[in-house]
Amino acid sequence: MSLRNIGIVYHKELIDSLRDRRTVISMIVVPLVVMPLLTIGLGFLSLALVGVAMRETPRVMILGGEDSPHVMAALHQMRDIKIVPANPDYAQEISEKQIRAAAEIPAGFEAKLAAGEPATVKIYMYEGEMRSGFGAERLQRFFRGLRDWSVRQRLEERHLPESLARPFDIVEQNVAPPEKVGGAILGGLVPYFVILLCLTGAMYPAMDLTAGEKERGTMETILCSPVSRTHLVFGKFLMVLTAAIATAVLAITAMLVSFAVGKKLILGLTHGAAASALQITVTGKAAFSIFFVVLPLAVFFSAALLALSLFAKSFKEAQSYISPLMIVMVMPAVAALLPGVELSPALALIPVLNTSLVSKEIITGTYHWNLIALIFLSSSLYAGVALAIAVKLFQREDVLFRT
Amino acid sequence: MIEAQHLVKCFRDKKRGAVSAVNGVSFSCRPGEIYGLLGANGAGKTTTLRILATILTPSEGTAIVAGYDVIKDPQMVRSRVGFLSTATALYGRLSAQEMVEYFGRLHGLDEPTLRRRIDELFARLEMNDYRDRRCDKLSTGMKQKVSIARTLVHDPPVMIFDEPTVGLDVMAARTISGFIRECRDAGKTVVFSTHVMSEVEKLCDHIGIIHGGQLLAEGTLTELRARYGIQDLEDLFVKVIEQ
Repeated sequence: MSLRNIGIVYHKELIDSLRDRRTVISMIVVPLVVMPLLTIGLGFLSLALVGVAMRETPRVMILGGEDSPHVMAALHQMRDIKIVPANPDYAQEISEKQIRAAAEIPAGFEAKLAAGEPATVKIYMYEGEMRSGFGAERLQRFFRGLRDWSVRQRLEERHLPESLARPFDIVEQNVAPPEKVGGAILGGLVPYFVILLCLTGAMYPAMDLTAGEKERGTMETILCSPVSRTHLVFGKFLMVLTAAIATAVLAITAMLVSFAVGKKLILGLTHGAAASALQITVTGKAAFSIFFVVLPLAVFFSAALLALSLFAKSFKEAQSYISPLMIVMVMPAVAALLPGVELSPALALIPVLNTSLVSKEIITGTYHWNLIALIFLSSSLYAGVALAIAVKLFQREDVLFRT
Repeated sequence: MIEAQHLVKCFRDKKRGAVSAVNGVSFSCRPGEIYGLLGANGAGKTTTLRILATILTPSEGTAIVAGYDVIKDPQMVRSRVGFLSTATALYGRLSAQEMVEYFGRLHGLDEPTLRRRIDELFARLEMNDYRDRRCDKLSTGMKQKVSIARTLVHDPPVMIFDEPTVGLDVMAARTISGFIRECRDAGKTVVFSTHVMSEVEKLCDHIGIIHGGQLLAEGTLTELRARYGIQDLEDLFVKVIEQ
């Protein structure tokens, strides 16, 4: 094995690739743009959308209530809702977003309250629609307050303590560390993007260095040099791996920086109001560990993409092989996002899914070292097999001179 | 020195099954000689030359190139051969100098020797004006010169040219012809393939007419003319392949 020759091929491929616009975009620009956009951009967008919805005074309709003047007066005094005249088409108006919600007060509501008879207030809303939810929630808050007030009144009249209706309180207390809370929100998403970017980073150089060479007619040029085909594959493979790792490292770095910057910016804008929702901490240890488990996956992607694109006659043909492969490779990463899919020794053997699951756990602060070792070993084995196939294919004339 | 010994190359074709592109080709070429393989498209010229350059492995037979067996020592053969064809393109994103440097390093030249060789070649081929220009920005003639410099950087004793003038304009083709002659004058063993009769008449010391993967006739131009009693090379070629 001549390291000198591998080094010469690698050095040339590196220079060549860094001058290729497509490789530079997929290797450097995409991770540096996608990660900040994903964290800061999406964070701002969702905060902005929720903020606008929350600031809106929802238009609501009160149906009935003519014989309950005190309740109606109290409703009309509420500043965070705007009551519009009642209309039998309330359901359609909610659907068409002309009003956000409606409350139906039963006939003789106040009289029933006074008499202690049962009564039902109905609140109409469009489930799943955020603004309708905000409108309904304000109406609910009003009627819940009214119900609590009625209970207190009745207890007072009978000289009974308030604790009779509320014998104990329930308080929820979070024990998960801050990174767990953050991880639960973004834990699955971040490894998914790192794996995806790692794959896209390797994709263009892999195609360019094999099918691209065939298409441009430089394959025969390099084959008539004394460098052995194994050295040639290793040099090319190292370049593809460099692109995959550079993309992953840049993605992880961009992720860390944008979490830190995004958190500060959003907390500043919301005056700390969003603090509980933004308890996201991606530690240096987590970032390093993710890199460690993604490394053999990057080797696997690089070798597999190299072998597959070598088989193609042209760049276009390579793209048609790799596009379905992208879906196949990304599917396990998506499966890891599904609720209830937990890392187990059996799943630790499934390529891509194992890395995605373990990265999710690492981000949430859980380190199962046995499984991490198993994943590293199994991914390395797959990577070795893919690399051996790439080397084997480079020896085959029917692949190199496929016409 | 090149000695091709009963070279056979079979390919597997989906429709036709096993196809022999080259079928028992034997010839030899000595240093300071130009051997021309003359044949139509699909005659087996490219496959034969690719075997000599160790890009393809023969199914049967072998060849000794510059003292090394193409099957047993392919790397040693490649380090002593300069191979140029229309299919050996340049890396478009490398400069002319980087391209030649890359191949010089792959041939194991140390840095001082590489510098000296590059300076000599670039001066001799008048390439200094576009030394740092990217290969994809060069004209066809300039590209040909870079390819020539690439094949010569390690000063190989054997030169193999596979239809080197196909698709070139007159000036670029003349550069190549001049270069082939220079190689012979420098004592190198030169094999080249073509289907252009005038190139054969101008350049070759020995001619081999190849058709259907077989070498049908061989000799100097004078010998062939005398043997077939035909002066015009094109007529001679047609007669040989029709026999």
